[in-house]
Amino acid sequence: MTILVDKTTKVIVQGITGREGHFHTKAMLDYGTTILAGTTPGKSGQEVEGIPVFDSVVEAKEQFPEINASIIFVPARFAADATYEALDAGLTIVSLITEHIPVHEEMRFIELARRQGSYIVGPNTPGIITPGQCKLGIMPAHVFKPGRVGLISRSGTLTYEVAASLTEAGFGQSTALGLGGDPIVGMSFVDALKLFEADDGTDATVLIGEIGGSAEEAAATYIKKHISKPVIAYIAGRTAPKGKRMGHAGAIVSGKTGTADGKIKALRKAGATVIDRPIDVDEALQKIL
Amino acid sequence: MRLFEYEAKDAFRQVGIPLPASGLASTAREAARITEDLACPVAIKAQILAGGRGKAGGIKFADTPEASKEAAAKILKMTIHGHPVRRVLIEQRLEIKQEIYLGITIDRSERKPVAICSAMGGVDIEQVAEKHPEKIARSWIDPILGLRDFEARQLAKNAGFEGRTMLQVAGLLLRLWQVFIKNDAELTEINPLIVTPDGKFIAADARLNVDDNSLFRHQALLERVGAGISEKTKLEQQAHELGMTYVELEGNIGIIGNGAGLVMATMDAVKYYGGAPANFLDVGGGATAERMSNALEIVLSHPDVEAVFINILGGITRCDEMARGIIDAQKTLPRDVPIVIRMIGTREKEGAEILAAANIPFLNSMDAAAKRVVEQVTKRG
Repeated sequence: MTILVDKTTKVIVQGITGREGHFHTKAMLDYGTTILAGTTPGKSGQEVEGIPVFDSVVEAKEQFPEINASIIFVPARFAADATYEALDAGLTIVSLITEHIPVHEEMRFIELARRQGSYIVGPNTPGIITPGQCKLGIMPAHVFKPGRVGLISRSGTLTYEVAASLTEAGFGQSTALGLGGDPIVGMSFVDALKLFEADDGTDATVLIGEIGGSAEEAAATYIKKHISKPVIAYIAGRTAPKGKRMGHAGAIVSGKTGTADGKIKALRKAGATVIDRPIDVDEALQKIL
Repeated sequence: MRLFEYEAKDAFRQVGIPLPASGLASTAREAARITEDLACPVAIKAQILAGGRGKAGGIKFADTPEASKEAAAKILKMTIHGHPVRRVLIEQRLEIKQEIYLGITIDRSERKPVAICSAMGGVDIEQVAEKHPEKIARSWIDPILGLRDFEARQLAKNAGFEGRTMLQVAGLLLRLWQVFIKNDAELTEINPLIVTPDGKFIAADARLNVDDNSLFRHQALLERVGAGISEKTKLEQQAHELGMTYVELEGNIGIIGNGAGLVMATMDAVKYYGGAPANFLDVGGGATAERMSNALEIVLSHPDVEAVFINILGGITRCDEMARGIIDAQKTLPRDVPIVIRMIGTREKEGAEILAAANIPFLNSMDAAAKRVVEQVTKRG
């Protein structure tokens, strides 16, 4: 078992004819992801890597009603519209790669997703991968291997760093997902922890957080009450100063909220193993599993 | 992006939030003329993109055009928290019966806007929240429905307002909501909202931070950013225009990497071995050789930098491109400092060959590279 995506997932790529969309459609197909359709308004009838292009998600669904997940590569100013479209067509998993979407739109489509019970992963995420089964994202696939460790992260390259350490040490992953670097994101640590806790294929979860917001503190509270599987955590940004955005729009310490120290303390108190360096993940898992 | 007080007040004016009579001056002479026109005691307020100007002497009071001219001349010479003052706002001074706080911001964990109201205005709201949490009322707003009238009334009531005052405060909250929506705000605040002895409500200060990601639909602000007026330092702005994120820090080890999380982890690793990062620089995803070369140039423009740590984890980013960028940059670099490179991932082999041909060593482990770069600096120092 895995979470969110597996070999039965049927995918539509929104923004498939763009440079990024095209490139990653090929990479996902090479990985074995089942992609049935793509969209770019005004380009219906074309094909990309043998995948038919439609004007809208609804039109694609008419021909392929089994589509249940979308990955969005649409440029920032049109990405919110694409997300509303995916939700309106009833898709239950939306992997929203696009960065720089206006935060007011994010709040609206995340609320909409919550109402209808769909998952939005992102925005500004590398996506989701269930190694060996389905890649709904842009991550370099070779650092991931099938296994029994769940991986949740707010950062892209740092996910690859930790995944590479895990894989090298012989710990494969059940599913790995990036939550996205924006201040407002759809799926949270708590949502993902809940899914991993219920997943028979996951023995432990690695949580990669960073400064800004209070998602890690919320995760700590949840871990204490509801999580029985071991959690290993790493928090990036201990050396970041207050009031400065560290690359990700969401990575900012404002006032006393969002410091690395606060998050580390909260997670330790909740019983998670907090590591100082990504490289320590191997040793921490050896001890636990 | 943060707006100047006078820009925020323009936005307030458009939705009918009452403001003090005022004028904007960029010279002392203009300040005197505005004061003469206003014909009343005035406040002279520095217009900067940072808080804490009052404590730094950026707000002065004057009763006559001459005094106003003198005060404005002083303030216009000031640099407050690194921001040179280019303009002052000359405003009618108000008599104060009460100070109220009204604000709307985004609650990250709820993923919703939150409206905040307190009868204890005029001071730092975070301090009020800490010392008198019961004096602050909050109301979370459905982002699809928006703030509704009854919610605004309830919020005002929860903050302790009653009767006609409750209705007036609620009315202003609804107008502030319009400011929030129309301007794609991350934060908008009236602090203080002044109640005058004759019962008028006037916004004495105004704050408005606009979401950077929404600037494509706010043309005027986009133009202002284009003109180089922002809170960023010169190097930070330069990096931004080149598509990179650069943040100045206080140490002596330059940091370059791809991906925000990775760069933060790199800084932390340097700190772990006793070093101090001089900056944060994320070249972004899929960077070209040229961008890497620009990145090195920017990092080395900072005079404190004694060594550089380049950490590349190739995904979309290709190691061979990065290697080429490093070599290009080395030809023209202004200074010769040790550069420690860690590089793994996409096209690692090709990148390694390029670096080997130029006799530049590199490592595979981020941890080992962090240790190495700290040693380089210690050795020199």
